[in-house]
Amino acid sequence: MNSFVSDFKTRATEKAGDLRHRQVIRTALRGYEIVRDKRKAAFQSWESARQAAAVTKWEAVNHLDTHLKALVAKLEARGTKVHWASNGEQAREIIAQILRDKQARSIIKSKAMTSEEIHLNHALEKEGFTVVESDLGEFIVQLRHEPPYHIVFPSMHLTRGEIKDLFQRELGDAPSDTPEDLTMVARRVMRQKYITADVGFTGANFAIAETGMISITENEGNARLTAALPKTMITLIGIEKVLPRFADLALFLPMLATAGAGQPMTCYNTMYSGPRQPGECDGPEEWHVVLLDNRRTELLADAEQRDALHCIRCGACLNVCPIFRNVGGHTYGTTYSGPVGSVITPHLRGLQEWKHLSKASSLCGACTEACPVKIDLHHHLLQNRRNASAAEPAFFERLAFQIFGIVANEPAFWSLAKKIGWLTQPWQRLVKGSPLDPARAWTKTRDLPPQPRESFKDWWRNRQ
Amino acid sequence: MVASNRMIITLFIPCFVDALYPRAGISMVEILEGLGHRVLCPEEIACCGQPAFNSGYYAEARTIALPVLEKLADAEAVVIGSGSCGAMVKKFYPELFAGTRHAALARQVAGRTWEFSDFLVSQLGVTQLGAKFPHKVTFHDGCHGLRELGIHKQPRALLAQVQGLELVEMTEISCCGFGGTFSAKFPMISTAMGEVKCSSAAETGADYIVSSDSSCLMHIQGLLSRQGKPTKTISLAEVLNHK
Repeated sequence: MNSFVSDFKTRATEKAGDLRHRQVIRTALRGYEIVRDKRKAAFQSWESARQAAAVTKWEAVNHLDTHLKALVAKLEARGTKVHWASNGEQAREIIAQILRDKQARSIIKSKAMTSEEIHLNHALEKEGFTVVESDLGEFIVQLRHEPPYHIVFPSMHLTRGEIKDLFQRELGDAPSDTPEDLTMVARRVMRQKYITADVGFTGANFAIAETGMISITENEGNARLTAALPKTMITLIGIEKVLPRFADLALFLPMLATAGAGQPMTCYNTMYSGPRQPGECDGPEEWHVVLLDNRRTELLADAEQRDALHCIRCGACLNVCPIFRNVGGHTYGTTYSGPVGSVITPHLRGLQEWKHLSKASSLCGACTEACPVKIDLHHHLLQNRRNASAAEPAFFERLAFQIFGIVANEPAFWSLAKKIGWLTQPWQRLVKGSPLDPARAWTKTRDLPPQPRESFKDWWRNRQ
Repeated sequence: MVASNRMIITLFIPCFVDALYPRAGISMVEILEGLGHRVLCPEEIACCGQPAFNSGYYAEARTIALPVLEKLADAEAVVIGSGSCGAMVKKFYPELFAGTRHAALARQVAGRTWEFSDFLVSQLGVTQLGAKFPHKVTFHDGCHGLRELGIHKQPRALLAQVQGLELVEMTEISCCGFGGTFSAKFPMISTAMGEVKCSSAAETGADYIVSSDSSCLMHIQGLLSRQGKPTKTISLAEVLNHK
């Protein structure tokens, strides 16, 4: 068992039994499905919208090369410097080099899961740069030296009281635990950072090939300040975020807000098409866009699971996932958690090391049902299991299925197996749940049903 | 198709129903025969192969599934007493056998296979079975039946005709946490999911949790019994056969 598996199992076991955690997440997500469904009802047809979005993303992803070239040509035409990064290391180096060239010291950041993916903050801080997250949730987890708990709601696992205590401890200021007071504390800290930062760093939600724009979705206005105030702006974006047409945003912006947070639209949606142009009075003087592959092209090469690149990082699949809700975001040990994380992490970071995430699912399919861009999430989990077992079968597991096959295919063996089960029941009850119990994985927390003496097939045979 | 046309129905009773929940299987036989149809239960069929399939062992799953497929080849109609095993035959056999010489057979059999409640309502057009069950119940949708086969209205249409039965829906539609081998590989996650399910069911004040899937009920009942909770579980077929 590799350490990713054992860490996952340890954390999952601990969190799954943590009733307080269960309650916090349930409270945090209470109402999500209700408001989401209300917003879905505002679409003429949510199902048609999903289909349209899936078709658009299919087109974007299956012609990614064409769309990326168009995007880059348009961006460069307005003076944006575009960089291509094959992996995290390259992306980190590109970004660090820009900072060195600019003799920058401090960076203000808006939310970017891609930066989490390449562990950017850590690398920059190691080089002596100061990095401040400006998204409130990200700011909170940064103060706690934690990765985000959820791709959309980074501090979902914390109560207001815990955030108040954190602010008191780290910032020396927290008049109360009301959201308004806490936000004002963060705002006072951040406003100073926006003014003094040398570089503003953002992620992006969509990149429009047709017009050469990137679109950023947010609720706090922090991304706008991050992009507007510092002289240099850097944007890191996964290559799969491209959409063919500007008009596609008319579908994707409300869809992202609806699926992600049950909002009709997020408060701010901003499209950036270049640095400050001659005659303009504001905006960054320089804009660098870093396009990140980091094994996305390997996923692109997998025709069966290519649709995982449709993901718009709305977090809907996490919100409805009973596994995520019970083990929490940190348990996964990955940047992208929940169903989509379990699907793509094996592609991004290695199947054998991360196959356990695909196994840690009841395959209930709530994720697939919730996904606005119709990624076949739970079937991809099954395919990951198939691919992992085919490449490296687990000896005893395969043997068990082989033996089971022999027993199940031969009525005499099957009858005998049932008889043995029935005869050993009294003994099994004696050791129930103890280390002597071969069914302990089940019986530690659950009773086994009593096995009746007469099986269905016995009854059937007797009545013939 | 109407009920008066006598059909020969091949009833596939899943392995765990055979061993652990014979009453559910017997109820299905009695209901189908009561409607005037002839029921066959091939002795050789035990398991659909889902545990191996869901664990990613497709070759081993095919070994288990092939004799099943061959036994069902000439069946007029195949009825399966579980949404989960039903989904395996109806939805996943074509995938499991894709590219093999049994691909066409898998698709044919899939097209003639139905989950029990779906078969009664959508194929036989029957909802009134003359059942009486004077209890407050809630219905648990097994995820495979619900999302792979799209079965939601059918069991409710059947329950609506049961005399004395009051159906109270749970506010959350959630997985019971069973998930086959998942329940043993990740027992604590599975248990936590089951506890959430049991709380949702308890909130309805129902005396019984009813489901088309005995495997889900095995998980739910296992938790309820261990925790000393009073709520009981019963298969849909037993409710429909309760006079």
